[in-house]
Amino acid sequence: MKVGLFIPCYVDQFYPQVAIASLELLESAGVDVDYPLKQTCCGQPMANSGYQDYGEGAADLFRKNFSGFDYVVCPSGSCTLHTKDHIYSGKDNEPKVYELCEFLTDVLKIKNLKANFPYKVGIHASCHGLRGLNLAKPSEIMGVEFNKPKQLLEMVNGIELVNLTRKDECCGFGGTFAVFEEAVSVSMGKDRIKDHEEQGVQVITGADMSCLMHLEGILRRENSPVKVMHIAEILNGQVPKTQNQK
Amino acid sequence: MNSSKEAIIAAIKKNKPGKLPLPEHPKFPYENNLIEQFQASIKLNGGLAKSGEGIDQIQQYLNEKFTSDQQVLSLVDGISGNFEIGKVKDPHELEDIEVAILEGDWGVVENAAIWLPEEKIIHRALPFIAQHLIVLLKVENLLGNMHEVYQKINVADPGYGVFVAGPSKTADIEQSLIIGAHGPRSMVVYLME
Amino acid sequence: MAKYQKPKTRSKMKTTPTHAAAAEAFLKDGERSHWHDDTLWHVRSKRDVAAQKIPEWENLRNNASQIKDYVLSNLDNLLLQFEKNASENGIEVLWAKDADEHNQHVLRILEENQVKNLVKSKSILTEECGLNHFLEDKGYDVVDTDLGERIIQFNKQVPSHIVMPAIHLKKKEIGDIFHEHLGTEAGADDPAYLTEAARQHLRQKFIQAKAAITGVNFGIAETGGFVVCTNEGNADMGTHLADLHIACMGIEKLIPRAADLGVFLRLLARSATGQSITNYTSHFHRPREGKKMYLILVDNGRTDQLGREDFRNSLKCIRCGACMNTCPIYRRSSGFSYGSTVPGPIGSILSPGMDLKKHSTLPFASTLCGSCTDVCPVKINIHEQLYKWRQVITKEGPSQPSKKWAMRFGGNVMSKPKLFDMMGKMARKSLTISPRGFIYNSFNAWGKHRELPEVPKESFKDWYRKNRKQ
Repeated sequence: MKVGLFIPCYVDQFYPQVAIASLELLESAGVDVDYPLKQTCCGQPMANSGYQDYGEGAADLFRKNFSGFDYVVCPSGSCTLHTKDHIYSGKDNEPKVYELCEFLTDVLKIKNLKANFPYKVGIHASCHGLRGLNLAKPSEIMGVEFNKPKQLLEMVNGIELVNLTRKDECCGFGGTFAVFEEAVSVSMGKDRIKDHEEQGVQVITGADMSCLMHLEGILRRENSPVKVMHIAEILNGQVPKTQNQK
Repeated sequence: MNSSKEAIIAAIKKNKPGKLPLPEHPKFPYENNLIEQFQASIKLNGGLAKSGEGIDQIQQYLNEKFTSDQQVLSLVDGISGNFEIGKVKDPHELEDIEVAILEGDWGVVENAAIWLPEEKIIHRALPFIAQHLIVLLKVENLLGNMHEVYQKINVADPGYGVFVAGPSKTADIEQSLIIGAHGPRSMVVYLME
Repeated sequence: MAKYQKPKTRSKMKTTPTHAAAAEAFLKDGERSHWHDDTLWHVRSKRDVAAQKIPEWENLRNNASQIKDYVLSNLDNLLLQFEKNASENGIEVLWAKDADEHNQHVLRILEENQVKNLVKSKSILTEECGLNHFLEDKGYDVVDTDLGERIIQFNKQVPSHIVMPAIHLKKKEIGDIFHEHLGTEAGADDPAYLTEAARQHLRQKFIQAKAAITGVNFGIAETGGFVVCTNEGNADMGTHLADLHIACMGIEKLIPRAADLGVFLRLLARSATGQSITNYTSHFHRPREGKKMYLILVDNGRTDQLGREDFRNSLKCIRCGACMNTCPIYRRSSGFSYGSTVPGPIGSILSPGMDLKKHSTLPFASTLCGSCTDVCPVKINIHEQLYKWRQVITKEGPSQPSKKWAMRFGGNVMSKPKLFDMMGKMARKSLTISPRGFIYNSFNAWGKHRELPEVPKESFKDWYRKNRKQ
């Protein structure tokens, strides 16, 4: 099983620790994982803005970078979804694309982790992972509850997971929406944070760094003690940084 | 005038997708605690359903609750009122009806909808214009859900038929539920053995 | 994006404000925006509770979706069948290609029957056609009888929500409106008191009206009848007292069989407000003896939408409003920010088909979170259509040179690994060395209320080169 690690562009540039945690998680599970060095981006920012065509170059490059792998694994639900929907067509000779959590639960079938995280944690259910990849049962859909990120976090020692009032409402990031609809975007972000704060959350985690980047931006501006961490960091045994800084 | 019809039909023919199959309806039978479920459902709709009471008790309730100067109209055998519907030519004459007592055909327990075809109400306006509504329904005519009731009725038989599931209500002011928007201010259903 | 047909642009508007600008204006009153959000979230929560009680919920959604797929694929034959059966029932069926023809039909009917005053129950279609203004300009007294509609009619507004038209107003404001129009006590804002005042006022209107206009929730092809759902009973109060009933129906509102109502009625009210059914579900098949019943079938852009492969299934909509209640953007920006008759997610995929230029910002008023798609009782893939409209709008809509340039530039960088690495390095470097005021300026929308991420010393790629591939 050859796994190609796909690290989204903004994670590569701004959150290398998330990529390192993802890589180490896969390595410690004994996976043969490689990171193709010529990767850039899946093209989602262009496509979601209505310029899918301008993302074609990135898509071609992506297919080239990851040809020959059995799996592509990515620590972002949103980029994973875009890759599945717009870069590959689901043919047999293509690599299978997995978001990191679902790769751990569904392919590697991880049953336990060594991590310890004695903090009160709120899960931010990022929409594309939730509704696009079915990482958990969305609250709108009726049926049996399941939640893959939560299933993994429950394997972490000492962690205390809270219940939110609105367990899977969007945070308002939405790619370029965050800029073009700034007022609504920030209002949504603040409301999400308030929900976590009301439950006494110390760390907000999730499977999409982009949503967390948006929430972190607000938290830091407001000098909040609440921190954000990507789920891979917690699962890999990292601890929160001491302080948020402007 | 017909040119519009032709244009619309032609545009549909040109633009519609290839024909897709018409699915059958799924069946979800629903049997338990029909009386209790009906009572719970109508309560959520702002109404009330009583069981275990007979015609005499309903008559007694009417006699106590309404005074002789209030118009009481009964379309149920064995229950008397003081207003003769036979003389009514124009539904506007029903304007001052205080309470109407009707008999429903079928009741649906999942939502408390009661089927009232035109012949059971005589005037279409009656269940709406009355200030209060009382509906009698045989327990044996309780059905589980909407799929079942549409198997029992032919909607095109009457010129008009209505499912009434509670009193007239609105929540248009700040989502506050208010009973008695335009029509009945109360609805009581008697489930008759 | 195959088979896209360019919409006929009908906009004579000056400039329509973008959704973002209208939303920002609404959000200035943070307290009101939160109140609006909470009110609608409460409705969404009631919907969840109602749906949870139905174990077969997802089955019903599938079934309803498939029935509507069939309807769209056979709409011409079903409409002809419906017309034939309705005519045999004694209903006069009229066809209208557009809003104007619809309004002309109504006017002619009123003139022929010498009616001057009429009552109306809720019909989003007549809003779409601008019927009220059309008739009022001609001297008719049109009274909206749904409480919410009457409130906004007094307030000279259009509905901000298709199911709860006055959801944007607080009871205090409604109290003021009623004080002015109905003479209720100044400052009185008790909903029960205000509702009673409206009841007394509207009862007089019902008694006096000679004509009643209603919308149509479902037209039944096999029987030639139609169904109207209300909680207040206002459609029935109007039609059963008036001499003529005019029902206005979009051509997509058809269902093949009466038994299909079992499926749709179980979904409609639960999705809309969390009720198990509306308190009145009226089935009209024939006029009262000696009275008249008309039914107007309206196209107004629907057949064009049917021809757009990517967007046609928006016509499956049964107007429950669930997508509005769940939409985090709608809840915080209110219906008016959309500037279209049908606001919210479903409006954002319907309206561009009516007027691409006017509604070009609506498909961008979404994070593509997909909640709308998951609550939709007929499974319209709303968020996917928003994405697809974006692709159309950047090609056919108003040009946005700077955005286009930025996207082309971005696409170019992303296709060249070395350029990407270099640009990333430069960006991180400039963020590190630039003074704060240089980064957080009025051109940086991100930074208005948010910090940018802290800049790491090295990218992951740099780290990987050092630590794994030496």
